[in-house]
Amino acid sequence: MTDATAETPRRGSGTGSLMVPDARTAKRNAREKRFRLYGLVAVCTGILMLALLLTSILSAGLSAFRQTTIQVEVPLVAERLDPEGNRDPAQMAKVTTFGYAPLLRDALIGTIESAGIETELDPRAIADMVSDESVAQLRAFVLANPGVLGQTIPVEVLASGRIDGFFKGRVTYQTAELDKNISPEQLQLAEALQEAGLLATGFNWRFITAPDASTTRPEAAGLGVAILGSFYMMLVVLALALPIGVAASIYLEEFAPQNKFTDLIEVNISNLAAVPSIVFGILGLAIFINFAGLPQSAPIVGGLVLTLMTLPTIIIATRASLKSVPPSIRSAALGLGASRMQTVFHHVLPLAMPGILTGTIIGLAQALGETAPLLLIGMVAFVREYPGAPWEGGLFDPATALPVQVYNFTQRSDPAFVERASGAIIVLLIFLLIMNLAAIFLRRKFERRW
Amino acid sequence: MSLTKTAVSTIAVAAVCATAAAARDQVQVAGSSTVLPYASIVAEAFGENFDFPTPVVESGGSSAGLRRFCEGVGENTIDIANASRAIRSGEIEACAANGVTDIIEVRIGYDGIVFASQQDGPAFTAFTPSDLFNALGAQVLVDGALVENPYTQWSEFNADLPAVDIAAFIPGTNHGTREVFEEQVIAAGCEATGAFQAMMDAGMSEDDAEDACLAVRSDGAAVDITGDYTETLARIDSNPDGVGVFGLSFYENNTDVLKVATMNGVSPSVDTIASGEYPVSRPLFFYIKGAHIGVIPGLKEYASFFVSNDIAGPWGPLADYGLVSDPELEAVQANVENEVNMTE
Repeated sequence: MTDATAETPRRGSGTGSLMVPDARTAKRNAREKRFRLYGLVAVCTGILMLALLLTSILSAGLSAFRQTTIQVEVPLVAERLDPEGNRDPAQMAKVTTFGYAPLLRDALIGTIESAGIETELDPRAIADMVSDESVAQLRAFVLANPGVLGQTIPVEVLASGRIDGFFKGRVTYQTAELDKNISPEQLQLAEALQEAGLLATGFNWRFITAPDASTTRPEAAGLGVAILGSFYMMLVVLALALPIGVAASIYLEEFAPQNKFTDLIEVNISNLAAVPSIVFGILGLAIFINFAGLPQSAPIVGGLVLTLMTLPTIIIATRASLKSVPPSIRSAALGLGASRMQTVFHHVLPLAMPGILTGTIIGLAQALGETAPLLLIGMVAFVREYPGAPWEGGLFDPATALPVQVYNFTQRSDPAFVERASGAIIVLLIFLLIMNLAAIFLRRKFERRW
Repeated sequence: MSLTKTAVSTIAVAAVCATAAAARDQVQVAGSSTVLPYASIVAEAFGENFDFPTPVVESGGSSAGLRRFCEGVGENTIDIANASRAIRSGEIEACAANGVTDIIEVRIGYDGIVFASQQDGPAFTAFTPSDLFNALGAQVLVDGALVENPYTQWSEFNADLPAVDIAAFIPGTNHGTREVFEEQVIAAGCEATGAFQAMMDAGMSEDDAEDACLAVRSDGAAVDITGDYTETLARIDSNPDGVGVFGLSFYENNTDVLKVATMNGVSPSVDTIASGEYPVSRPLFFYIKGAHIGVIPGLKEYASFFVSNDIAGPWGPLADYGLVSDPELEAVQANVENEVNMTE
């Protein structure tokens, strides 16, 4: 059909043809094309930026999920670890990590010798190739199992940050020449250990479960405390912000009279949603810590502060989803004799639930990535102890949070922490992705269209 | 209405929680970001070797730490403030006003301040305080006359320095390091170049001249870094001609990317700083709240452990990380042991 009409163009008589666009139509079409192009460019720029961000984070951070370890046979010399000889843990605890360090060093040298590797490195340089964390782990293990004294046990120890970096390509022979913390000879020894099968790189569970470690032990630093702290804070936010936010929205939307006062409240809620988060931190410090006397660095305070921050988001989302429930539903319920409260709880709220849940999850995701307010309430800290279980008062124990841990890692002097920081960002992004996917899933699954 | 409701309910929840909160059983520390790495190394080792929980260490700067330290006595205030400078008399007064009267001062050692640039950058290998004053002072002496700093390149006042634009990344005024940088480098350079004398001759009082000496040019050649040394490092990374101010320990951890300059011909190291040859260094401190000893478990043990020979001695982990061990460590240990308060 179209071909036939195309073959019989109407020409002449100044009116132009439908098939041959006149100048103004061409201009209009070109304008539309240009506009589409602008949109496309904008989308592409966004995607490009995202791709850049993700590549830089992934390329820097994925290596944090792998860790180099060394197998060492450690003879636990009873005379050195239990000078009193009575296997009393209290007595044995007097031998500090400074007493265990030479033991591990000698064990490492022994392992190297028995593997038939020759090296001219002095003992101190060899000891520097493993993490100080391993000494502490060894001590904790011996104190927990005094029976192993006198035996020789195989121990998997963490390689030092520089050795670990060598197998991840961060440290090379060139940089080792200039680096005061590692020498090319140590790298050669590490390669020899790898050939002997004593040194291997594997998946790094410790990065997810272990607590933070000090500046000198980047290889041991993990996110355990931060993940728990973030989780506790989200619990508090969910437990407080959801009921308060939903109650406030239902009242404002369904019961409150429309007057200047409720208008004022509405404006204020919208304004609160745009208040910089650090302001909530100042408020939290003044009210929760200085006035109410809650402990510093505790997830409960962080959770309360983030609740204040998340409330406006939840209230706005809840009100929007309540508004989108058609008035006919309310009229029908009221017409059948339901009270206003029954109308709300039996009919309106269930229909608005997907929107409320989506708003809550997005609010939680926003709170999960927040750092600034936590700065003022003492959560930007070096915390190594896991907080207790929530029913044991764990909400009051010191903890950090995931974004805070990223910030902490970026401030450390050892270059290995760059990788840890990016690794922590990846973990944070995965959590955010899961939460946002859950929001989309809930919306798709329960959404009603009219 | 919803706001009041929110506020009231959160406060109510908070109050209920506060009564349920158990007594604090871990030491809390805050303060200087320069002391933070040392404090975290000690806290970690303390947690490993003692039955007490690992202390919680926050940073935030010397001034912020001391302000929080002086907020009062009680479980929701910190026990120890780390500082990269000595406490000021104003701060002691503020402390006393809030009931913090027993303060134990502990000097943990010395930290050197070094000037470093990109490993492959121009040859910034030797500085004197005069060079840095000429490069960074607001007013300098040119041909015997005091003028607004006219220099744009290092080679303009010292032919031995590279002919590149001046770009120095110096610690911001929120850092204790800035004070040391001003007093030991800029002021020294001001006197050495004769600018100080010229200012006095121009009729300034001694105090005014000292202040004028410390003024840093504000035309963009000197950039204040309010963040940490990692920020300075990032700035140097992106600017090959940049010169940055770092702590010795930070430099020692990044020798593969940074090249350090000598000061008055002395290269910075733990040895030259300990002997006093390297001129730019400062003591590091922490302050213990006397009223919390015996109340917060592990507080005194942590302090004693911090200054013990195993930790703060010349072969301890702190010295490994770049701290210059205190030659009078024994006196410091005795001070902590006897809980000697500051006298002022």
